[in-house]
Amino acid sequence: MKKYRCGLFIVLAVLCLTACSHTQAKEQTITAVGSSALQPLVEAAGEKYNHVNPASFINVQGGGSGTGLSQIQQGAVAIGNSDVFAEQKKGIKTSKLVDHRVCVVPVVPVLNKDIKVKNLSLQQLQNIFVGKITNWRQVGGPDLPIAIINRAQGSGTRMIFEQQVLQGHTGIKSPEQDSSGMVRQIVKNTPGAISYVALPYLTDDLAALKINGHAVTAHNVQTNKWPIWSYEHMYTTKNPDHLTRDFMKFILSDEFQQQDVKKMRYVPIRSMHYRQDYQGNKTKI
Amino acid sequence: MDPIAKSLKSTSVSAKIERRGKLITQLCTMVIVLLVIAIFAFIASKGVAIFGQDHGSVLDFFTKTTWNPDKQDAYHRPLIGALPMIVGSFAVTLLSVIVATPFALAAAIFMVEISPKSGKKFLQPVIELLVGIPSVVYGFIGLVVIVPSVQKIAGGSGFGILAGSLVLFVMILPTITSMSVDALKAVPRYYREASLALGATRWQTTYKVVLRAGAPGIMTAVIFGMSRAFGEALAVQMVIGNAILMPTNLASPATTLTSILTMNVGNTIMGTTANNALWTLALLLLLMSLIFNIIIKYLAKRGELK
Repeated sequence: MKKYRCGLFIVLAVLCLTACSHTQAKEQTITAVGSSALQPLVEAAGEKYNHVNPASFINVQGGGSGTGLSQIQQGAVAIGNSDVFAEQKKGIKTSKLVDHRVCVVPVVPVLNKDIKVKNLSLQQLQNIFVGKITNWRQVGGPDLPIAIINRAQGSGTRMIFEQQVLQGHTGIKSPEQDSSGMVRQIVKNTPGAISYVALPYLTDDLAALKINGHAVTAHNVQTNKWPIWSYEHMYTTKNPDHLTRDFMKFILSDEFQQQDVKKMRYVPIRSMHYRQDYQGNKTKI
Repeated sequence: MDPIAKSLKSTSVSAKIERRGKLITQLCTMVIVLLVIAIFAFIASKGVAIFGQDHGSVLDFFTKTTWNPDKQDAYHRPLIGALPMIVGSFAVTLLSVIVATPFALAAAIFMVEISPKSGKKFLQPVIELLVGIPSVVYGFIGLVVIVPSVQKIAGGSGFGILAGSLVLFVMILPTITSMSVDALKAVPRYYREASLALGATRWQTTYKVVLRAGAPGIMTAVIFGMSRAFGEALAVQMVIGNAILMPTNLASPATTLTSILTMNVGNTIMGTTANNALWTLALLLLLMSLIFNIIIKYLAKRGELK
């Protein structure tokens, strides 16, 4: 009886193993790493893609644009997500990579809710971040010192913001946080705080600023009336495998762009009336 | 040869086992030593790259206050002034140790001299519990409780050296306390007996005899606490504000070596100047912990001589 049971167990184990390896042969996984601003979209895309192709899994990780670019350069992952052009990062060999611009992400200056300032000009915003304006009184707000909160040096969101707002000027040294979540938490609790987040991370507990009288809407971004925006890039190697290619096609498909990209408050790439190069220069299409 | 002589001359089973055991332990020790050497060599080689291949200046590193390794100064040297982080690290470490040591000592004296019974029953488990709390929890409590209180009392954003020191204070308190307890327990019983026999009160005995005799051990405990405070990254990063600025007061945002490392490492690319600069910070941290260890060894030796 014991022997019989043991034999049965072995048979079952072997069956199980072969079953596993059988399905594994069909299953495919690719990994996309990088930008936390793009992460929610790629995650949503991965889930949807998995629904359509149940045997294909997209593993999405954050880590920052720098991580995304260096990982794809090393060939450690299939896709490297980045908020910035590979050309903007030192130490990346752009000739080895292929850039897929999947959408546009606006970056929004956010304030603590107690500051009743609704609108700033781009120049005023620049003056705040270079330290020429240090009190909210100077821009029509309460008598309160301005507390700037930056993202970490080299963070994608910060690079977009500095390229479009500071335009080459050096920002004033200020506290830094390494995630949008921490920025949100701190701006919410600190009187006089100003920072910036990617639009998908904007929540109701922060006050979003208008720039030059324009609110951050898809239409204003498309027409460049909202000036702080950049592409979200998904970098692949020159010869990606079939799954990677197919997944990129899925993200760029009209259906995904018109539904999910819009719903998650990114701007579909083909709806833009302006284009931007890696130095931040914008031209009308 | 007859079988008895043979069995006497050949190595016995237990001798073989012993030799095998010795070999395994030696191998394991070798692996650990090699690992330590490898880590040291790796961090050292990475850490000096900024001074060699990127032409950074060592003097700048220790004296300048602008940290922006991607940019260069007029002499084409990267801007790697690490003074704000060095000052920040030392400030939070020293401040937290200064605040924590009296509390830790008092608790230790209570547990060893005054009330060993309740000390063992209540204080010991409480302190062990404090050690076991993950640093992110301390950081979170700091962010939610300490930062707003500092904000209310001192103004500003609340982030800064004061908030960082207060969080570290709670974190290193158990370390210093439990090691001080060991140091006081190690003081021989006849020291106390002799002192009491001479007519000294309990306080006089504690103050003039036990604390003096246990001083090297207590110093070791304090240095251990410092070493822990110096190396703590996450909890401090959450409450210190992470501004690469020379701290102007205790409530102004500052930063530490560790928090700059954890914040920026994901945003740099291996081999670039920005990445090398971070390795230099790592090397400095490693050297500091080495120095702490040497001090501890030195103190332990002095304690033995007595």
